[in-house]
Amino acid sequence: MINCHYRLQSPKRIGLDFVEEEETEDTVVVRPTYLSICAADERYYQGKRDPKVLSKKLPMCLIHEAVGEVLKDPRGQFKPGTKVVLIPNTPLEHDEVVKENYLRSSKFRASGFDGFMQSLVLMNRDRIIPYENVSDRIAVLFELMSVTMNAIEHFNQYSHLKKQTIGVWGCGNVGYVTSLILKKIFPNAKIVVMGTNANKLHYFQFADETYLVTDLPEDFSVDHAFECVGGSGAESAINQMIDVINPQGSIALMGVSENLVGINTRMVLEKGITLLGNSRSGYEDFEAAIKFLENHPETIEYFEKIISKEVVVHSIADMTTAFDLDSSVDFKTIMKWEI
Amino acid sequence: MIYAEILAGGIGRRMGNSDIPKQFLMLGTKPIIIHTLEQFLLVPEIAKVLVGCPKDWMGYMSDLVLKYIGTNEKIVIIEGGKDRNGTIMNGCHYIEENFGIGKKDILITHDAVRPFVDYRILTDNIKAAQKYDAVDTIIPATDTIVESLDGKVLSSVPIREYLYQGQTPQTFNIKELVEIYNSLTEDEKKILTDACKMFVIKNKKVGFVRGAEYNLKVTTMHDLKLANAILEVGLQDD
Repeated sequence: MINCHYRLQSPKRIGLDFVEEEETEDTVVVRPTYLSICAADERYYQGKRDPKVLSKKLPMCLIHEAVGEVLKDPRGQFKPGTKVVLIPNTPLEHDEVVKENYLRSSKFRASGFDGFMQSLVLMNRDRIIPYENVSDRIAVLFELMSVTMNAIEHFNQYSHLKKQTIGVWGCGNVGYVTSLILKKIFPNAKIVVMGTNANKLHYFQFADETYLVTDLPEDFSVDHAFECVGGSGAESAINQMIDVINPQGSIALMGVSENLVGINTRMVLEKGITLLGNSRSGYEDFEAAIKFLENHPETIEYFEKIISKEVVVHSIADMTTAFDLDSSVDFKTIMKWEI
Repeated sequence: MIYAEILAGGIGRRMGNSDIPKQFLMLGTKPIIIHTLEQFLLVPEIAKVLVGCPKDWMGYMSDLVLKYIGTNEKIVIIEGGKDRNGTIMNGCHYIEENFGIGKKDILITHDAVRPFVDYRILTDNIKAAQKYDAVDTIIPATDTIVESLDGKVLSSVPIREYLYQGQTPQTFNIKELVEIYNSLTEDEKKILTDACKMFVIKNKKVGFVRGAEYNLKVTTMHDLKLANAILEVGLQDD
């Protein structure tokens, strides 16, 4: 079938390419309904990646957070109209030990190959999961939730049992979703959020405490920490975590940094801190995210709050409007895909 | 019910040196008409997709469907008519004989040689057909359109702001379409080659949806070269 791929050709320039794609018995044709812009997409769009990376990866369709409706499934497993969340991680092999999102051979949408900015998306049948009883604009956040689910699973596996205080550094999208989910999964723990933007911290009313990173109380400490900062702020955030964490606590790293990060390894050793690397998510994490929302429908109104803008997309100009807007909003920009 | 008819009745004289009708020429790895057909098959709301093609090419068309798509109960190949409207009316007759025509039944007609039609344009047509008697797919005119009645000098230069270029799909309430067509004289039928025009002349409401520049009509060798140039043949996952 002929498909329209809306690809970032060069920073801030999106163009339309027609691609003849082959449908197989294993592929399901999905019409995207909502797409959500992630900081990683925004970095590509703004040209804030290494020029060598840009020249290697572009042109490429952006967006790895999306939901859609099934149009056609040659095997009839998914009926037309079924609402599905699209999984961006695409494993090429199975490993008994290593999770699909850590396999070096796995491909990822809008990173290793075209993302979801397409008129229709051909998905392998094991890369879509049906959902119901939740609006599409909330469902488009499942990918973000799944990333937190992946980190929490890892955290549960490797952190010690004392979880009285959990600190979350970062008041952006990942920090918000992670602290909200932690609050529900660990109802007995005190969830404390640290950020640099007082305005954004106001959104975190569900947390037990919030602090500007410059205003931490003198005797402040946490049993464990989640780093949701990334970028240039990651270094000072991680070092602050190392300073305030109790011995043998774990630090779950979730933020992506373009540059190498210098951290106080002496104190990591002295305190016996466990550093946990986390990246992306796989099928099971999406399932966990969907189940989380089923079990905690009261969180829907909280997730609504991080949808800062919704842009209805009828043209390439609408897409650039969405990306331009996204750089100035507090949280997320989502696109209602009507092109 | 929602029906579609792909109009492949013509034998494509404009394409010049090819003996095969233009809708059967290759675009990427498949014939043009197969690409067009595939887009219609992706819309679950469409119950049947008729393909009106020249009588001598019906077997060939069946072979193409079998080869590139396989058995598909949605596809019906019917004989085209003497002209465009004749092909559309053959489609209406087929629907009447086999399913009967309901008051709200619609027919989405489309040029076989517009393979870049997409899901959005098709579903917009379906939505608009709920509101209007007929629906046209159009784009704003980019070139200045001029009129010359004698073929020598300009008789008028209409204001471009009000001018659009018609594409397909064109979508009709089937019952109304049949009634209007049957009310025309033979002379009127010769002049009214565009089915939407029949509705306009009969004071029916013809709505429109936004087409796309890329929804191009492959009518010349140049068009075919262009279409092949813009189509990238990709793997399933790129």
